[in-house]
Amino acid sequence: MKAAAASPAPLGDVVLRCSGLHRYLGRDEGRVHVLKGVSFEARRGQVEAIVGPSGCGKSTLLYLLGLLDQPDAGEIAIDGQVMSNTDDAARTAARGRHIGFVFQFHFLMLEFSALENVMMPMRKLGRLPEPEMRERAHGLLASVGLGEKTHRLGTQLSGGEQQRVAVARALSNQPTIILADEPTGNLDARNSTMVFDLLPRLAKDNGQAVVLVTHNPEIASRCDATRPMRDGVFI
Amino acid sequence: MSPNFRIAFRFLTAKKRAMVMSLTCIVLGVGLFVVTQATTTGFQALFIETIIGADGAVLIQDKIQAGHTSFETEHGSGVNIDTTQDNVKLQAGIEEPAPLLRALARNSAVLGASPVLKGSVDIASAARSDTGRVYGINIEEHLKVSNLGSKIVEGSVDDFRTRPAGAMIGRELADRLLIGLNDFIQVSQSGGPPQRFKVMAIFITGISALDRERIYLSLSDAASVLHRPTGVSYLQLQLADASRAPVESDRIVDEVRYNAQPWQEREKSWLSAFGALQVSSAITVLVFTLIAGVAMFNTLAMIVIEKTKDIAILRSMGYERSDVTRIFLWQAVIVLSIGAAVGCLFGAAATYGISKMPLGNGGISGIFSAKYYVVAWSAWHYVEAVSTAVVMVMIASIIPARRAARLEPGDIVRGTAQ
Ligand SMILES: Nc1ncnc2c1ncn2[C@@H]1O[C@H](COP(=O)(O)OP(=O)(O)OP(=O)(O)O)[C@@H](O)[C@H]1O
Ligand SMILES: [Mg+2]
Repeated sequence: MKAAAASPAPLGDVVLRCSGLHRYLGRDEGRVHVLKGVSFEARRGQVEAIVGPSGCGKSTLLYLLGLLDQPDAGEIAIDGQVMSNTDDAARTAARGRHIGFVFQFHFLMLEFSALENVMMPMRKLGRLPEPEMRERAHGLLASVGLGEKTHRLGTQLSGGEQQRVAVARALSNQPTIILADEPTGNLDARNSTMVFDLLPRLAKDNGQAVVLVTHNPEIASRCDATRPMRDGVFI
Repeated sequence: MSPNFRIAFRFLTAKKRAMVMSLTCIVLGVGLFVVTQATTTGFQALFIETIIGADGAVLIQDKIQAGHTSFETEHGSGVNIDTTQDNVKLQAGIEEPAPLLRALARNSAVLGASPVLKGSVDIASAARSDTGRVYGINIEEHLKVSNLGSKIVEGSVDDFRTRPAGAMIGRELADRLLIGLNDFIQVSQSGGPPQRFKVMAIFITGISALDRERIYLSLSDAASVLHRPTGVSYLQLQLADASRAPVESDRIVDEVRYNAQPWQEREKSWLSAFGALQVSSAITVLVFTLIAGVAMFNTLAMIVIEKTKDIAILRSMGYERSDVTRIFLWQAVIVLSIGAAVGCLFGAAATYGISKMPLGNGGISGIFSAKYYVVAWSAWHYVEAVSTAVVMVMIASIIPARRAARLEPGDIVRGTAQ
């Protein structure tokens, strides 16, 4: 493992830890015990793959880890700070600062160009001046192979292109943790390799933790660790 | 440009039809508000101007019987006389106007005071006879407290001033007597000896009650006709600020112990009719602004529903609940600003157009005269219209905006947000 110069903390540190996560979905008769005690860690510089059959609870887990949803039981800590069941403001701030999320289905704000989509999280965080935001967004789009299409609106991009923009957007604030729900699901072999090559490189270079859900066994096999999941638990 | 504003703007422009809908409603609401205000207050203002112009802002008449017990209060001199009370005795007319006029001259709120001697008379021309009312005035003083000078349609004030035994007569009265300028009339009081006057001027005030019966004579001529060698009927006052007439009247009552009547009291019934008119047009306008509010509510609620996924994306990127609220409120603000600006322009254009519209049947006369629709131009109408729209639209927007902010990103992405 090569050391990353820019890394603020040594690689291998646990940045995301969850233990005993339970999540029920639905109401009354439709109430389903989706996650049944999931414990998990993600480390800087590591790419973790979560694999498992459809409906086993992968997305549900990822929403919890991304602080988009609250567990019914269990704890989630980011950078050592317990974030589960804290107030909305704290979780929102943590999302902006620490987490880059790639959704499984809808990816982009369609009325905005690829560039604007990538700049959206940066604008909220406000860490960079406008020209640097622009430059960084261009760079990220180029790295996912969309350097030529930065000004296309979301509606004018294919599903795979949208997905790649979403990956670039998740990376824009240099989050500590990247959570991607099947980021290569809509991509052909060449593009999925391109996106997949990008994630471990970033993980190593910037000391980021990457957690991705995938159905693609080849991609899973190239990750640092694979977590098979079934019926709401890791097996 | 704030990120929230940027997002709001894009959301709006993506929903052009809905935006145009709510924009139209706001434009119509604001525009209509302005137009109804301009016309109702226009007619009312003309009416007020007419009646103050003719009869002044305050009339002082009827001496209050001094020494009456009800005037003494525990607080000493600061008496406030309620002339409606039974135990206050009034004595008609002003026997000695001179000290009163001196006192009024010291009052800076009073621009002028003209003594008037009034009485009913019989009038005869060569062809007809009729009844009327003589108003004896000191023309110089009276021109300071009325706009009579500008209401002369034939002859002139100068002719009246210079010719002894001259009269100024209302158009309707002249018509009834079948006389014109320079004709002679015989004026007498209830069987007294008639005196001859020459018509030197004919006026139209626009108030038919007035144009039908008034003859202006000099004060001394009127005294002779009415057999009242001393004293006058009332003093007609003009104030620096006519709207303060009730307050000034109360002060004058306190100071001079004469009953003073402000124009607002004198024309109470007409003013309340105008008030009712304003209320009814306000209701119309309120309905319109309500519709504008509902349209805005609909548009925003629709955009919120269509944009829930975008809300989830924004929230996943660290946008706060308050950002989401602001994004939707910005949309309301954008539509509101454009709508209010265009609405004001539309209102102003419509007001101008209406002011050029002739009134049917050659115009209105009776309580005032007007040939065209009367409008009032006041910045306040625009301020009121815009404030009403702001309140309405903001109330209508806050609900969908708050609803959008309350959505949980987890619920949205699972499709279980409601
Ligand atoms: N609102 C809901 N009410 C009840 N059950 C739900 C609800 N939403 C999801 N589920 C159930 O929760 C389980 C986990 O769903 P989840 O989306 O996490 O699966 P997944 O592993 O991501 O599947 P896929 O690979 O198809 O994306 C599924 O069995 C699903 O039927
Ligand atoms: Mg899933």
